[in-house]
Amino acid sequence: MSAVMITRKVRKWEKLPGKNTFCCDGRVMMARQKGVFYLTLFLITGTCALFFAFECPYLAVHLCPAIPVFAVLLFLFVMAMLLRTSFSDPGVLPRALPEEATFIEMEIEAANGNVPAGQRPPPRIRNVQINNQIVKLKYCYTCKIFRPPRASHCSICDNCVDRFDHHCPWVGNCVGKRNYRYFYLFTLSLSLLTIYIFTFDIVHVVMRSMNGGFLNTLKETPGTYPLKLSVLVCFFTLWSVVGLTGFHTYLISLNQTTNEDIKGSWSGKNRGQNPYSHKNIIKNCCEVLCGPTYPSVLDRRGLLQEDTLISSISVTMFIVLSLQKTTAPLIPNEHTPDDAKPSIAASAEKNASPKEEHPAATKVPPLASPETDAETSIAKERAH
Amino acid sequence: THTYPLTHTRRTRYYINPYCITLSLCELRHSASLANKVFIQRDYSEGTTCKFQTKFPSELESRIERTLFEDTVKTLNNYYAEAEKIGGQSYLEGCLACATAYLIFLCMETRYEKVLKKIAKYIQEQNEKIYAPRGLLITDPIERGMRVIEISIYEDRGSSGSSSGSSSVSGSTAR
Repeated sequence: MSAVMITRKVRKWEKLPGKNTFCCDGRVMMARQKGVFYLTLFLITGTCALFFAFECPYLAVHLCPAIPVFAVLLFLFVMAMLLRTSFSDPGVLPRALPEEATFIEMEIEAANGNVPAGQRPPPRIRNVQINNQIVKLKYCYTCKIFRPPRASHCSICDNCVDRFDHHCPWVGNCVGKRNYRYFYLFTLSLSLLTIYIFTFDIVHVVMRSMNGGFLNTLKETPGTYPLKLSVLVCFFTLWSVVGLTGFHTYLISLNQTTNEDIKGSWSGKNRGQNPYSHKNIIKNCCEVLCGPTYPSVLDRRGLLQEDTLISSISVTMFIVLSLQKTTAPLIPNEHTPDDAKPSIAASAEKNASPKEEHPAATKVPPLASPETDAETSIAKERAH
Repeated sequence: THTYPLTHTRRTRYYINPYCITLSLCELRHSASLANKVFIQRDYSEGTTCKFQTKFPSELESRIERTLFEDTVKTLNNYYAEAEKIGGQSYLEGCLACATAYLIFLCMETRYEKVLKKIAKYIQEQNEKIYAPRGLLITDPIERGMRVIEISIYEDRGSSGSSSGSSSVSGSTAR
């Protein structure tokens, strides 16, 4: 029986564990559930479309042509911030490779000492002192790391995220260190846009009613239906979005995350002990909003060489199937944690030289996902 | 399946010569085998800024001088501090980027990315000059999520000489 080694180039995002969706060959990273995100897009574009189509002509003529221009700019800014928040890496911490995980386990065991049989081992916690404040770092059993301070594991995305704020379904992504400022600017600009549209809707109603009375204006059909709808949507979203912006402004001034606020880490009896705060509102705001733009530590578009050993029986079948040109539909590649096997990658890295075949050699690797520029080439042939 | 990281990743932008680091690694692999890995942890005493502990690990005691190791880690810490410094330049960059709805980052490189390139170059240089001759190899922390500095310790395979890095020295200098 002979076996063949197939070498394939895959992008690293295909092998990333966690429940994220990747689009555009790894350039876009989102959570799995995107339904609410589409709703957000629909609401914003829909309301703005109604405003531009029905209000702007009247306002531009009767008031000032700069009104629609500014509305367009604001709308574009809102969309840019929304897409930036949704599509970027929130600050995901990659999982520990096996050697690192073993190293940490050894350290934990050394620290715990001998645990008597039958007793539960103590929880894995590391105490660090940050600015003269003791902070407990918890061990993440999924990622096999001690979480850095302010990091938290998002159960929806199944990733540890640095400076984890919250998982926002409206945006379809986690909000963390890398995209918090875009999220904040999104809520801020959306508040401004909502207030802007609401104000000019009211101005429109007032101006029309000056011509023919308030109640007559409301009864007018069909031109006022978009206006009424627009006002209604704006009224309800106004309170929630402005409220959210206010809440995040408060958090930024104290240099806290939503996660910390919910857990009450630095409130109540711990008030005034936040070690990350500069104790100065301006400084805190500047750090969060004007701080450095952190790079992504997930090298999503890097290339990996994947070698698969398959038996000769399935070789022919595999070659035939993989030589068929797979069309590339624009569906994102969603993979479950079962598909990604970081331990195998790590064990390959550990053993530098080619090694013995595994019993799983007969398994045919999953066919290239539409987004990979996979090139199958036969690297070598081995005979038993 | 076995996966080997190729040199041709996005991070190769940060290397002057993308093949240098893997050449030294390949040479080490041919003449030496991986014995152990040491992980230098993060130092959170000053907050969440990126800083690594300068504590000298016991596994490296016989391999490298303490001062050399501490110098490397301190220089790395300085680089990261420079990248994450909040001051006039970062405010300017932040405000300018915000005014252009962050589209400017499509053509401009952020300050952090510039410093990361410098760090990659520095680590490569340190590996070539100091660590590879001693049978050690530093992995750029960004490859490990900025959590640890991974130092791989190689044992000379089949060489009866006392200095473990003898064959790899000749290999790494011949370029």
